[in-house]
Amino acid sequence: MKTLPKTDAVIIGGGWTGLLMAKELSARTPISVVVLERGAPRHKEDYIGGMDELDYNVRFRLMQDYGLQTVTLRYTTKDKAIPVRQLGSFMPGQGTGGAGEHWGAVWPRFQPDVFNLLTSTTQRYGAKKLPEGHSVVDWGVTWEEIEPYYVKADKLVGAGGKAGNLRGKVVDGGNIFEGARSEEYPLPPTKTPYFGSLFKDAALKLGYHPYPNPAAILSQNYTNPDGISRQACFYCGFCDRFGCMVGAKSQPTNTLLPIVEKAKSVTLRHGCWVRRIVYDKSSGRATGVSYIDANGEETIQPADLVILGSWTLNNTRLLLLSGIGEPYDPNTGKGVVGRNLTHQISFTAAQAFFDKPLNRFMGAAPAGTRMSDFDGDAFDHSNLPFIRGGTFAGMGTGFQPIVGFGAVPSSVKTRWGSEWKKAAVYWYDRVGTVSFAGEHVAYRDHYFDLDPTYKDHLGDPLIRMTIDWNENEREVVKFAIAKGVEIAKAMGAKEIVPSAPYGHYDTRRYQSTHVQGGTIMGKSPEHSVVNTFGQHWQASNLFVMGASQFANNGSANPTPSVIAFTYRTADAVIDRYLKHPGKLA
Amino acid sequence: MRRRQFLVLSAASVGGVLVYSLDRKVSRLAAQDKPAAGQKIRIPLRFFTEGEALIVAAAVARIFPTDESGPGATEAGVTVFIDRQLAGPYGRDKHRYTHPPFDDNAAEEFGYQGASNPQQVYREGLKQLAGFDKLAPAEQDAKLKQIETGVFFNLLRRNTIEGMFCDPQHGGNVDMVGWQLIGFPGPRMTNFAQIEQYKGEPFRPKPMSLAQVVDHPNKPTEEET
Repeated sequence: MKTLPKTDAVIIGGGWTGLLMAKELSARTPISVVVLERGAPRHKEDYIGGMDELDYNVRFRLMQDYGLQTVTLRYTTKDKAIPVRQLGSFMPGQGTGGAGEHWGAVWPRFQPDVFNLLTSTTQRYGAKKLPEGHSVVDWGVTWEEIEPYYVKADKLVGAGGKAGNLRGKVVDGGNIFEGARSEEYPLPPTKTPYFGSLFKDAALKLGYHPYPNPAAILSQNYTNPDGISRQACFYCGFCDRFGCMVGAKSQPTNTLLPIVEKAKSVTLRHGCWVRRIVYDKSSGRATGVSYIDANGEETIQPADLVILGSWTLNNTRLLLLSGIGEPYDPNTGKGVVGRNLTHQISFTAAQAFFDKPLNRFMGAAPAGTRMSDFDGDAFDHSNLPFIRGGTFAGMGTGFQPIVGFGAVPSSVKTRWGSEWKKAAVYWYDRVGTVSFAGEHVAYRDHYFDLDPTYKDHLGDPLIRMTIDWNENEREVVKFAIAKGVEIAKAMGAKEIVPSAPYGHYDTRRYQSTHVQGGTIMGKSPEHSVVNTFGQHWQASNLFVMGASQFANNGSANPTPSVIAFTYRTADAVIDRYLKHPGKLA
Repeated sequence: MRRRQFLVLSAASVGGVLVYSLDRKVSRLAAQDKPAAGQKIRIPLRFFTEGEALIVAAAVARIFPTDESGPGATEAGVTVFIDRQLAGPYGRDKHRYTHPPFDDNAAEEFGYQGASNPQQVYREGLKQLAGFDKLAPAEQDAKLKQIETGVFFNLLRRNTIEGMFCDPQHGGNVDMVGWQLIGFPGPRMTNFAQIEQYKGEPFRPKPMSLAQVVDHPNKPTEEET
């Protein structure tokens, strides 16, 4: 074992949160920063030869290596957990940029009431409306506090879209249900693929309020406030699950890495697998981290400030492995680490078959049309058997043949042979999906802990997820399927295959890579792991970044919020903590 | 080391397509070398025995047949594609979590929980199909029907679709026959001018493979250790 010289700050994880903190610290302070990334080094140039569906979209080259580490999962506290042996319902990243490399760059903000969900729902409907067994809480932060940081995030990535609520003024053509924006998007929306335009026309015909899907992919050439210039999207369609060949999709490697690599105060180390945060319980201080380096050597990196930005699963797991904070116990409701695990309802509400080609190979992951008429509390739930909702979209993400081939109307019963092939060839470019992204409520017995049986390649316990869909989510899905069919009909579909209703959580079916909770923020240490600045309640020199902070899923994809909260933490650390180290709340 | 195995096909059946030389380089049967009737092509195999490869070739030809709706798994070189995949990290389950204990009674929502890797699933599955390549098509279909809900068949079906539509650098989708069949153009760098232009009319640019579009395609996953 070797012990390295002390650094001022060590950052665990080289993705969106870790590299953004490194950039801010290096630009605004003289402190020394070490970033530890367990995957391989990557640069945007690596993606030029990578337009290969099999390697990236099927064999998942950019994703976490489940051969080394996965999760286990069970539905209730009474079940034995089963390891998720292959990537399925979510796809964590590995290597520089993390999941921020292969993401879809869909760029919605949360609804303002997501941050005070308990209060807003109780006020409108009474406490009885909340689903049985829920653990819905307020985050302790307001829309007004976080909105300026959403603006910074928009400018960082060069977000494209159209505001629907500009400083309280409703703007037609944007998302009129969104929280008030202080500024318009930096760039106009992306172009609209044909399928998205069909969706838009249908939604308007039905009296809804469609808007161009907000995107962290450039609709025009753009130079951000850090001086990073990137070029506009070509709509090649090799987007979600790929790295961008031209750098139009904002990724840590093209947006943050060029600055971080130039910063003399930052050292970026790859192949470093962090196993523990070294924690002195008596003084309540994290003194550094322990990791296996690229040569397999056990290494201690002492540091004054530890920033944990290793994505939801490992953020929670590292706190549990390191014995920092009290693990959550669903039976007593005591403890905090691991609580409020949520995912996201994300599925194809209706498959729509058309009598004309859609040319769906063209596109970009976030290009298309969305509507929020049934999101959050935009509609009245008084007479509905559920709370919350979600957004519908018709996207032109770039349809690819291995994953896409084989969709046939329900009249075709076979899955192989001449009849199936003929139908699948005919329908290949005539099928589209009305998709739905919905909120997942937090429940008392949905949580993370350490698995008692299964270990990673180093012998450390895997993290165990206890999660399922409850009645509320199943009712939302039923509602969404009916609406999805209505929209598909209005789009002119000749045949429609509605989704099956939700049963149990299915690890095989891709849902979204939006797993939240485990190290949630809040106003008090009794109910949360970190304060609203991401600072650990017990270890004031430890900050935990990312969607593990989020006490519930907000229907919207979490990355814009992750980046906004990271900016807020950067301000708090730089302007307050480093000047007077101690508790910020 | 086992004796090197070859898939021997009649040249006419793969007319004018790519074959794989011993050093794993792709070479083309030149058009002017149009094979004489009865001439054989020997394709070196990385994983299958010749007997296994012939069974796989016959089975994928029933899953994705060559018929009036267009070319199928035979023309796309699906057998060669699967052979290369199985010989690589995918075949050995390098990126699947394979720590015991394995729970065979897990609900289907937990996905494949077996201990066998794809190499083993194929090896065992093909034993059940002994003599398959000698059967008449109707008998072959009946045989596949018997196993169509099993792990092996579903893997074979999935790998067949992969081999039909992958970039040709992986050994399948030879001459981009799969892409031509469905009108997929491959890795086209820009659709900027066309993305909002087509409104229900087909836009069908000539397919190009990754090697034709960029100078240095990334090393395919099956070539990783």
